[in-house]
Order: sequence, then structure tokens, then C-alpha cells
Amino acid sequence: MAMSRDEVYEKVQVVLEDALGVDPDEVTPEATIGPDLGAESIDFLDIAFRLEKEFEIKIEQEQMMPMNLLNDPKYVQDGRVTDAGMAELKSRMPHADLGEFEESRLVEDFPKVFTVDAVVKFVQSRLARA
Amino acid sequence: MRWVWIDRITEFVSGERCVAIKCVSAAEDVLHDHFPAEGGREAEPMFPHSLLIEGMAQTAGVLVGHRGRFEHNVVLAKIGRADFVRVVGPGEVVRFTATLDRYDDAGAATSGVLEVLDPVGGEARALGRVDLMFGHLDAARAGDLDLPERPFVFTGALMDLLDRSGVPRP
Repeated sequence: MAMSRDEVYEKVQVVLEDALGVDPDEVTPEATIGPDLGAESIDFLDIAFRLEKEFEIKIEQEQMMPMNLLNDPKYVQDGRVTDAGMAELKSRMPHADLGEFEESRLVEDFPKVFTVDAVVKFVQSRLARA
Repeated sequence: MRWVWIDRITEFVSGERCVAIKCVSAAEDVLHDHFPAEGGREAEPMFPHSLLIEGMAQTAGVLVGHRGRFEHNVVLAKIGRADFVRVVGPGEVVRFTATLDRYDDAGAATSGVLEVLDPVGGEARALGRVDLMFGHLDAARAGDLDLPERPFVFTGALMDLLDRSGVPRP
């Protein structure tokens, strides 16, 4: 039987608590993995590894959070994401809410896109494919 | 002083497991101060747990490096877990068993068990558990960091250790 959103959310919560050493009440759907929960780049890899193990799915860290895109001059100029960059982000991150980010487009604001809710949606999309 | 905190690799299964030992010696500088006699207290040489973590990092790091044919700079990036249940002193031997749990282009995750072996006899005793994450720090990922051009992790003493222990190069 397919996992419900609540079941996925609970497991994601445990993964984030273990990987980041945060309390359960800090892990809310709107909490950002980086700015709010304190994740650094190695933590994103740790989270990807743990999600793979927990849900028995294959995850490429870049698919969940396409950081390499921000190093591409086609998509980022003068510290802001270009139109081509926004289009690319939207196509690669259907699991994320890019509305607020689109207003600033500043590279330094990108980490705020990656919320607990985005992780849950990403896992759900991978489970649906499996 | 060479920064190599394991003495010999006793078992190596490429891509899976690396087992190494370290003999704790009364002659080691670090034991002279950890902990020295103070006030009314006697000196108590206790091998620092931080260096046991380093020993595991080297055991696991060699395993990760070897998996990537030593082409990446493998750097310790995260200590996920470091629990110890006892202390270790001179005359005892520590055995580090590192297992490669996950490996990809960005980095690796390892889990590790530490045990104390008594050369005089008796069974191995549990010492601790150390789980680590390593990143591949190469030019493409370095961003603003000014990295040396050539690989800088797997050089000198660490590679000598591999050779002396009879671990075949990849």
C-alpha cells in the first residue's frame, strides 16, 4: 500500500532530526533546511543518503537541491538567477515553492527555497515513480 | 611528529571494509599531558577520544580514498556519531573497523566500531562507535577555496602505511 503524506512526513522528520541534531518541534513544514535547521553542504548529502536508506529509493542530491545550477553563468549573472535559470529551476524542482524566491532571485536567498515540505514532496514524487 | 594515528591495516576489502589497529604506548607525547598529575591527583594517562576519532577517520578515509582510486581529496566533513564506553591507556591496542555504507561522486558515509584488545589475552572489549561523512574536495567543488593543484590527502605517511600493511593499490 502506498505511504500517506503523513507517514512520509513523519519519516522525513526523523531523518532531519538525526542528520541535523534538531528537536522534533523545530521540524515544521515551513522550516528551511539550511537557514532554520542549520544544515551545511555536507548535511544535504547526509540527508540524501538517509532518505535513500529510509525510503529505499535512489536519490541524487543534485535532483533534490540543484546547487550546481547556481555556478552556471547561463543561469546566474551578477548574483541573480536569470530568466533561463528560473525556468530551469522550475523544471528541476517541481517539489519546491519558488514563488517568493522569484521575487528576489538572489543566489544568497536560494537556500530558503528548500523547506521540510519540499523534502516531503520530493520523497513522495520519488516513491510514486518507484 | 607524523599525524598517523593507526599503526597497521590488518584487513582490507576494497569498497567494503577496512580494519586497522593502533598500539597505545607510554612513550607517546600526548599521554604525558593527558592527564598529568595535578594537586593531589596522580597522573592518569588516558588516550584522548578525539584522537580515536581521528584514527577512525584515517581508517575510514583510506577505505573511501581507495574506492575512488585516490583521485579525490577525501576530507572528513561530519562526525555523525562518536560514543565511547571506556577509556584506553598504555599497553592496550585499539582495533578500528570501518564499513563503507554509501559512496558517490560528492562523498561517502562510513560507520565504525572501536574495540580494545589486550595483548595479554582475553576477548576484545567494546570501546565505542564512530560514524563519519567525507566530502570529495576537488577543484570543481572548492568554490572560493584556494586548493593546491595536486591531490594533498593521500601522500607520504598514510600511503606508506598502506604499502607496509600490504594493501594493494587500486
